[in-house]
Amino acid sequence: MLRTFRKGGVHPHDNKISRSAAIQVFPMPETVVVPLSQHIGAPATAQVAKGDKVKTGQLIAAASGFVSANIHSPVSGTVVSVDNVADAGFMRRPAITIKVEGNQWEDGIDTDPTFRRAEKLDPAEIIARISAAGIVGMGGATFPTQVKLSVPPNKKAQYLVINGVECEPYLTADHRVMLEKGEELLEGIRLLARALDAEKSLVGIENNKPDAIGHLTALASGDADIEIVPLKVKYPQGGEKQLIDAVTRRQVPPGGLPLDVGVVVQNVGTAVAVYEAVVKRKPLIERVVTVTGKGISSPANLMVRVGTPVSSLIEYCGGLPESAGKVIGGGPMMGRAMANLDSPVTKGTSGIMVLDGKEATRQKPEACIKCAKCVEVCPMGLEPYLLYKLASRNMFPDMEEYYATDCIECGSCSFTCPAHLPLLDYIRLGKGEIMKIIRARKS
Amino acid sequence: MTDILLYTVLTLCLLGIVAAVVLYFVARKFHVFEDPRIDDVEAMLPLANCGGCGYPGCRGFADALVKADDITPMYCPVGGTDTMNRVASFLGKAAPEKEPQIAEVRCGGTCEKRPRVSMYDGALSCAVESSLYSGETGCNYGCLGKGDCVFVCNFDAIEVDPDTGIPVVDAEKCTACGACVKACPRNIIELRKKGPKNRRVYVSCVNRDKGAVSRKVCTVSCIACGKCAKICPFEAITVENNLAYIDPYKCKLCRKCVPECPTCAIAEVNFPPKKEAPAGGDKAGGGIPVKVREQTAPAATSVTEGIPVGPADGNGDKPAETQA
Amino acid sequence: MEKKLIVSPSPHIHGSDSTSRLMRDVLIALVPALAVSTVIYGTGVLVVTLVSVAACVLFEYLIQRFMLGGRSTVGDLSAVVTGVLLAFNLPVCLPLWMVVVGALVAIGVGKMTFGGIGRNPFNPALVGRVFLLLSFPAAMTSFPAPDVPDAVSGATPLTLIKEAVKNGQPLSEVMPGIGYDNLLYGLHGGSLGEIAALALLLGFVYLLLRKVITWHIPVAILGAMAVFSALLWWANPEVYTDPLFQILTGGAILGAVYMATDYATSPMSKSGMLAYGIGIGVITILIRTWGSYPEGISFAILIMNAVVPIINKYMKPKRFGVPVKA
Repeated sequence: MLRTFRKGGVHPHDNKISRSAAIQVFPMPETVVVPLSQHIGAPATAQVAKGDKVKTGQLIAAASGFVSANIHSPVSGTVVSVDNVADAGFMRRPAITIKVEGNQWEDGIDTDPTFRRAEKLDPAEIIARISAAGIVGMGGATFPTQVKLSVPPNKKAQYLVINGVECEPYLTADHRVMLEKGEELLEGIRLLARALDAEKSLVGIENNKPDAIGHLTALASGDADIEIVPLKVKYPQGGEKQLIDAVTRRQVPPGGLPLDVGVVVQNVGTAVAVYEAVVKRKPLIERVVTVTGKGISSPANLMVRVGTPVSSLIEYCGGLPESAGKVIGGGPMMGRAMANLDSPVTKGTSGIMVLDGKEATRQKPEACIKCAKCVEVCPMGLEPYLLYKLASRNMFPDMEEYYATDCIECGSCSFTCPAHLPLLDYIRLGKGEIMKIIRARKS
Repeated sequence: MTDILLYTVLTLCLLGIVAAVVLYFVARKFHVFEDPRIDDVEAMLPLANCGGCGYPGCRGFADALVKADDITPMYCPVGGTDTMNRVASFLGKAAPEKEPQIAEVRCGGTCEKRPRVSMYDGALSCAVESSLYSGETGCNYGCLGKGDCVFVCNFDAIEVDPDTGIPVVDAEKCTACGACVKACPRNIIELRKKGPKNRRVYVSCVNRDKGAVSRKVCTVSCIACGKCAKICPFEAITVENNLAYIDPYKCKLCRKCVPECPTCAIAEVNFPPKKEAPAGGDKAGGGIPVKVREQTAPAATSVTEGIPVGPADGNGDKPAETQA
Repeated sequence: MEKKLIVSPSPHIHGSDSTSRLMRDVLIALVPALAVSTVIYGTGVLVVTLVSVAACVLFEYLIQRFMLGGRSTVGDLSAVVTGVLLAFNLPVCLPLWMVVVGALVAIGVGKMTFGGIGRNPFNPALVGRVFLLLSFPAAMTSFPAPDVPDAVSGATPLTLIKEAVKNGQPLSEVMPGIGYDNLLYGLHGGSLGEIAALALLLGFVYLLLRKVITWHIPVAILGAMAVFSALLWWANPEVYTDPLFQILTGGAILGAVYMATDYATSPMSKSGMLAYGIGIGVITILIRTWGSYPEGISFAILIMNAVVPIINKYMKPKRFGVPVKA
């Protein structure tokens, strides 16, 4: 009996059509747009000005605060502007635009792709190198990695849980990384475990990826500290709290952090980035992006430089089909719909997926029939129908009593609702309003 | 037989007496003194319970009015100056001075002035749409037209014009309670001085992007060129954060700024139509000349079908009424 | 921008569930019972069912069109389900005008008064049924003998038992005349949809497989009935019937699987569903044993329907991460 998390969950069709497409290196774009805020927390501060020459891997924006991350130039060339640029939703946010010229790397970065074991480093040095490389959680949440690794003195990270679940339908970026960069992944895991002083590392992988499970189990057979844990397919298993529950049978208390139960979670992509940052001194300037969707003629997994326009990726994979209705940055359950395809790939872009018009259009909402399916599927044990009702009537303070802040926005409720109600739209709105109320109360 | 009758009557009387005595003492013991003037003041208020005064309902406001020494900072926008004068003279306090106000929707980005660049398909709520992205147009600041303001209005005074996609305020019904101002996630609606004969001049744009950027997404956006500020004889216009603002208390309604604006972003309302077209209409070919709204004929009355507001869950939780 | 893309908050995909699909599944689950009933009672069954369905749909449409306003919800098939369930609770020989009156009460009073689908506190079909039962007790309790030669007489098994107990007849003399196989196959008197226990259970399995309902409510009801009646039976088998008999008779399965699980009128949380089911089971046995009606699940469901808001308020789903026994 395979493990999975114990509460709620749904089973969307996984549609992993790009499963067997090996990672291809995407050609260098002509210009890149590097947003200053590609992570959760304070935006980075630009360190370059218009007209500056930059090299690949050069620091162009520095972390500004504890929860923030460095940003490096993904290309070599000239800075065209440091100004507001329209993002995927046409919101104008600060970004550095660079015109690509050649491919000259910053000194000290090892560009040799051959695998090397890490030398013995002490935890502080590992964390310092990760921090310098601007690594953030690459599963989509983009939380700065060094912050997660800074364990407060009164806490202990017993387990390092590695997220190889990739529970979002369609996406296969992590899957390919596990297959093609297994050695680097395991080395990254060892580095992370050493930084955390964790006793054991557990890699959770859903059993719709038997090849990845087999490959990594074989690679890790000599290492007693790394265990590969196959998991039953269920969404949202990639949620941090759900994954911990599935792998360790521990539940993070409401409002708590994984460290409260002695666990730190990192994504497989992050672990590979950690390997590159520590061993090769290579900052986070490129990532694997799945370009997929039923209308895409050749779905692919691409190694893309941060800042590359999304439209060029879609072009590369056969172009936007006539029937396309929606383009999503990320997966179909939690990704963000894009209005502006000229917006760039960022550190958190795990996929670009195209839905056709029919798939993309929501059905007309009907009356709630109180079928309790939303309650059944909610992985956090909430009552989405009730929260929806409160939020749609602007009764935000009442939502706090029903633990709206526990919501992880996985979308299982909206996915299931037979009446097609926009449950999560309103719950998310209410959550934001409650956060404002809580902040106001604290100050 | 008579015995039974007698006992019945006696028992009932006795019960009544006992209950009366108990009630008397209970009432004495638990009596709460409440200023009788609160009831009187409450009766003078409009009893709309809209919260526009900042107090929980009319009774809360009445209570505050009676208890406060100085009521000049307190104001009932619904009842207006008349009501406040009456309350003040009843309480023997100085009446607050405030000119009547009206909610003004400061966005002129109608469908043809501000092209749609995407199609929104989420919950029918400006707040949801606004928290997601820039909205269906490229403008980061403009009206989304999903009618959050309409939903919160207690007076049926604001509705989204289905032709322009922008809410229209009914000056007759608007009480300036400020509910729509709070509801608008983009702070487009402002309470402004109602003005003599309802005549007002205001900048109908809140876009704080640089001129070149805002012009690209909307032909009637303020581009912060500053021409209006230069021509204004009363220094009523300031340009800050790439946006011009007309102070309604300094503006003398001379309207010199209106033809000056290269993007026609300054709106004038309720002025009598000029005899000749302003300068042959050579200004900005595509821009709206000026908004002229006749109070006698609200803009939306000609429209047969309105657009629904509130979440269209068909449940009627939020009444999915249509504005006709 | 040449192509306008659709933008909405996540999630961007939706499962295959819809209200009409759920209702369609309920209807499919009811087909076997309807078929068995038709075989036993003849085509009268189909006539009653069709009249009931047609009346329910018509009343829903008319009320929505002329009184409530708003979008018509006839398309979601919920009125059809109400119609079929109402018919299942009626004797096959009931005059058709009574069926129509029952439909009017079910849809008009039971459902639309409260605002339509999803808002009714009581199961509409049961409201209609109980209204008819109280208004026309004679017509509602006269069942024809099934068209099959070796079946028992028209009275329902529960009525036979009730009479026997009243007359001081020991049950060991009455029970052999009924026969459990007859109960399973539907060869006994009763409302047209309640008799075929086996067919109803087949539908239950279908509903579980299609995830239309969960097991909690039916199992809690039947379990509570079984436990409670087992205690009584154990105390005195000459006066109280055995658990199996209780479950197979008097529409217990129809009520537990199809009526009590009605979405709008049942609790939202799993623990609530169990409590609700246990309540129905216990009240049913109480009414059957000590009440004046031979069968009681209709009343029991309506009574527990009234408690559902309280259950929903106090029996919340378990919040993730609140300490559990590991």
